[in-house]
Amino acid sequence: MILHTIFFYLFSGITIASALMVISSRNPVHSVLFLILAFFNAAGLFVMLGAEFLAMMLVVVYVGAVAVLFLFVVMMLDVDLTELRQGFLQYLPVGGLIGVVLLAELLIVLSGWAFAPDVVGNPVQPIPDMAQISNTEAIGRLLYTHYIFFFQIAGFVLLVAMIGAIVLTLRHKPRVKRQNIADQVARTQKVELHSVEPGKGI
Amino acid sequence: MNGFVENYLIPGAIMVGQSLLVLVLLLVFIAYVLLADRKIWAAVQMRRGPNVVGAFGLFQSFADLLKFVLKEPVIPSGANKGIFLLAPLVTVTLALAGWAVIPFNFGWVIANLNVGVLYLLAISSLGVYGVIMGGWASNSKYPFLSSLRAAAQMVSYEVSIGFVIVTVLLCVGSLNLTDIVMSQQTGLGTKLGLPGSFLDWYWLALLPMFVIFFISALAETNRPPFDLVEAESELVAGFMSEYGSTPYMMFMLGEYASICLMSAMTTILFLGGWLPPVNVAPFTWVPGIVWFVLKGSLVFFMFSMVKAFVPRYRYDQLMRLGWKVFLPISLGMVVVVAVVLQTMGWAP
Repeated sequence: MILHTIFFYLFSGITIASALMVISSRNPVHSVLFLILAFFNAAGLFVMLGAEFLAMMLVVVYVGAVAVLFLFVVMMLDVDLTELRQGFLQYLPVGGLIGVVLLAELLIVLSGWAFAPDVVGNPVQPIPDMAQISNTEAIGRLLYTHYIFFFQIAGFVLLVAMIGAIVLTLRHKPRVKRQNIADQVARTQKVELHSVEPGKGI
Repeated sequence: MNGFVENYLIPGAIMVGQSLLVLVLLLVFIAYVLLADRKIWAAVQMRRGPNVVGAFGLFQSFADLLKFVLKEPVIPSGANKGIFLLAPLVTVTLALAGWAVIPFNFGWVIANLNVGVLYLLAISSLGVYGVIMGGWASNSKYPFLSSLRAAAQMVSYEVSIGFVIVTVLLCVGSLNLTDIVMSQQTGLGTKLGLPGSFLDWYWLALLPMFVIFFISALAETNRPPFDLVEAESELVAGFMSEYGSTPYMMFMLGEYASICLMSAMTTILFLGGWLPPVNVAPFTWVPGIVWFVLKGSLVFFMFSMVKAFVPRYRYDQLMRLGWKVFLPISLGMVVVVAVVLQTMGWAP
């Protein structure tokens, strides 16, 4: 038990410290790297809760894919921090307000049992017996059996967003030549001679 | 503090001992894998390869190790020093961390995780951070371009590897690596009435996925023909351009450790792990670890041969292959496999 406590404070301490470094670090790339460290330690906390599936998903999705794309974008930005800092005071009231609202909501959720003591023991789906099924199966049943329609609707929302992004950015420029792999592969005559007019191509 | 020694100290010490044993054996194995890679490459090109240090060049890798360690590390003055030195460490640590869940034989595993496959997927997807950090911290053009390429390449091939793993998991019904191997004792061959054999392993039942997984593993470990990250004709040595001595050696070590990890993963998912090729008398006498190492070496031999005779892809071809060929095929196969398993009643 004592080891459990030590690891809990280790993981949560590093999570909070690296989360602070994310917002206070001067170099945006360092911020993203600290964000990754925070994700990692959050995954460690999930493992300690016995939710190893969630821990692995956090690492695969957030660290393995999302943070790579963050890093990809941030590395290419040429951010001038002094310019950014000039607008800081201007946005402080709005940002502070959002922060306070978020904090209040988190406090209400976390101290829910103080307002309604029966909420805690009354989840929407009863937690299954850990001895009978693994937590991967438990999550699978919730997501793909009980709440399949919500899951699919969420998928459709993402699909619409993806198609929207493609439609907004896809441009077929008429003068750009494109490689058609199927045509190239399907050619029967392997060697051909053409007399090519300059500036026209084949 | 009651029971601290029995509950924590002794199991902890055993686990550390096991990890050290695996680590030492693995590093020696990697030294010879590196030599084998160079020898195979040389043989294809009708060269002799390293043959001076020791008989047949058997000590070449150790000589290289000494050379790299004894050289002076050079850090470019414009580099971001901390991240520059952290990057090779990240690469090596992640490549070695994956071995914690690999079952070498029945029960021969350091951590028998319930989510072993996901752990491997996570570890292999994190390998890109070493490349990105190294390329960015070098503060130089070519390494930076290389790290941008690496980021896009890894994310693209991750997707198809994920779907390939999903099809295997559909057939197994568990994320545990030991369960995945054990479920390959019965399969296509036994359904035809044959004794347990190599026909039961998933390479035959899921042949298209096996091919996709192998090619994606090449791309995931930046092996030729997908080594655009370190394409010497375009990017000098890619993200490793500014590295020398021990940090460079650690990048190489991490690269080969992750190649071996991918070979082991292919063995477990598709080639039946430690199971003998035919489940009859002379083959079953051989210990499982021998079969495991043999199969892993076979996969690595295929990695080497591909490196030797396939020309490098162009970057847009690489992206096309990942997104327009592998992703639709693997996505379609997930649906096909799920439907077949459900309608035939084979689902676990």
